[in-house]
Amino acid sequence: MGEEPLIRWAWIGRNWPQIEGMLVDHVVMALVPALLGLLVALPLGLASARWRVLYQPTVSLMNVVYSLPSLAVFIVLIPLTGLAERTTVIIPLTFYSLAVLIPAVVDGLESVPDHVRQSAVAMGFGPMRRLLQVELPIAVPVVLAGLRVATVSSISLVSVGALIGRGGLGYLFIDGWQRQFPTPIIVGIVLVVVLAVLADGLLVLAQRLLTPWARARRTA
Amino acid sequence: MITFEGVTKRYGDGTVAVDNLSLRVPTGAVTVFVGPSGCGKTTSLRMINRMIEASSGRILLDGRDVREIDPPTLRRGIGYVIQQAGLFPHRKIVDNVATVPYLLGWDKKKARARAMELLERVGLDTKLAGRYPFQLSGGQQQRVGVARALAADPPVLLMDEPFSAVDPVVRTSLQDELLRLQAELHKTIVFVTHDIDEAIKLGDTVAVLRVGGRLAQIADPATLLSRPEDDFVEGFLGRDRGIRRLSFVPASGVAVRSEPHVPGWNVVLDGDGRPLGWRPDDAATPSGAPVNRTGSRDGSAPAPDGVLPFGAFDPAKDSLRAALDAALLAPSGCAIAVDGAGRFQGIVTREALDRALLQAGGAEPARPAGSGSSTPREVGDEAGNSGSGVSDRSSATGGSDGPSSSRGPGGDGAAAHG
Ligand SMILES: Nc1ncnc2c1ncn2[C@@H]1O[C@H](COP(=O)(O)OP(=O)(O)OP(=O)(O)O)[C@@H](O)[C@H]1O
Ligand SMILES: [Mg+2]
Repeated sequence: MGEEPLIRWAWIGRNWPQIEGMLVDHVVMALVPALLGLLVALPLGLASARWRVLYQPTVSLMNVVYSLPSLAVFIVLIPLTGLAERTTVIIPLTFYSLAVLIPAVVDGLESVPDHVRQSAVAMGFGPMRRLLQVELPIAVPVVLAGLRVATVSSISLVSVGALIGRGGLGYLFIDGWQRQFPTPIIVGIVLVVVLAVLADGLLVLAQRLLTPWARARRTA
Repeated sequence: MITFEGVTKRYGDGTVAVDNLSLRVPTGAVTVFVGPSGCGKTTSLRMINRMIEASSGRILLDGRDVREIDPPTLRRGIGYVIQQAGLFPHRKIVDNVATVPYLLGWDKKKARARAMELLERVGLDTKLAGRYPFQLSGGQQQRVGVARALAADPPVLLMDEPFSAVDPVVRTSLQDELLRLQAELHKTIVFVTHDIDEAIKLGDTVAVLRVGGRLAQIADPATLLSRPEDDFVEGFLGRDRGIRRLSFVPASGVAVRSEPHVPGWNVVLDGDGRPLGWRPDDAATPSGAPVNRTGSRDGSAPAPDGVLPFGAFDPAKDSLRAALDAALLAPSGCAIAVDGAGRFQGIVTREALDRALLQAGGAEPARPAGSGSSTPREVGDEAGNSGSGVSDRSSATGGSDGPSSSRGPGGDGAAAHG
């Protein structure tokens, strides 16, 4: 064992209050885009499912957005929203969530079997009621699967914000790299992974509670 | 009553799915739309509840043009059942059945109580109420579909090939269930199928449609079978039209001999007088005497050794087709008549059947197969009064010519034996 151990527990103890602050910041900057993305994706997805002509352009646009390097977007946004601001990170991450969630909403609505939709019409559901009581509930498993992807990638992408001074746990990577000091890097990685696993697990749990009929179908 | 008045449906691409259709669907009866694939059955059905709008003509529901009624309101008053049941996968069975009551604003308790009642009514275990649709078999799902359509007690039921996705055994039981329900409920049912047997079994009236959406013939099943209006209808009814028609001729007129034996064959009965089968004369038991195994076996015992299969029918409620079928099942070539409790009443010989068939106007035995196309009309006319003709039972029973002629039974029996 040379000069520097892989982990210095004493450092973690000493810096825990700051680490905790970064953790909270990270969670906020990761989850707000995922939830915001869901809120925006629902109406856009509904519109694209209803007016099919909108679907391809919307998805293409979202793919273009998704392909933009996050750092470039942060830098473009700095003059508008400020350096080291949460908003500067949250805005691009919301667009990334949308790129995953809009297709998920459309696919979810398309997973409603035609005979189910037809029988809803035949029983006298109006369009709005049919959407809220039949089509959206049946779309939930597919939408939630999309939300899992959006949430986990959002959690990992927040770290990039460290390059503009607001990256939650991402700061630990820069700190450790600049000082050639592995402990913060390891702490950062572990915490990001734990966050991602935890968030994903919660969403799986929500999925099981919300859609027992879909879970049972998988195991049957 | 549902009335189609010159209804035409032309789709956007120019396809004429229904062409100037005029017919009446009487209240409280089953009207079947039958015809080859693509002849416009589904289109016709869906124009009734306005899932499809007619291009011209009108459809009246109890005298009122359906276009005057707001679609959701119209539809909540019309039950609808489709092939894949169309159940909501995310709702429990009980809530699926209660769908329309919920839409109508019933309170939840009342709607669910009604749903449970209907599940029982369609022959489902109420334990299934808490399950999701995917946890049910296809046949069970279809029953739920029927229960759901009936939930708000609509006077009209539209059914689009509701039983065609299940196996034949389940299909038969669903059909029987529907007939039983209909006998209690007297709904106005429009039933779509491409299966002529199903149409004949379920329909009080059968409307045969031809491709291009035109009505070929509308009649009650017996008339349809005996008097198809043209070659298309005749072709659609198929080869076995004559045999099928026998389903509509009661077997009550056929001559029954009360002795439990015919030359060469004896009927073996159990202790309660229920038939167990046929025993040939040359078997261990002395010939002539009926073998009555009183006391030795209970009624449900399997047939003893050396006893051959039999066919039985109940002259009080079965058709001539059932009687003929019963005869064909037995090595003796004779059918066994039983009473409502399944007890032996007598034997129907081939000769007696022949006479009944002749009187029914079928006369199949006398005519070479496949040559019937020129004569169905006369045949049908006779069939009209077949009931009174065949019911001359006493004279037929009196004449002992049937059993005394020793042709069929022995020979057939040997064949079946070997
Ligand atoms: N939406 C549509 N647009 C164009 N043509 C259609 C449409 N729906 C049905 N058709 C055509 O109208 C005709 C009648 O269709 P319909 O579904 O009523 O037939 P069907 O008798 O129910 O047939 P099947 O027994 O196969 O269900 C067919 O030729 C079909 O291709
Ligand atoms: Mg159809």
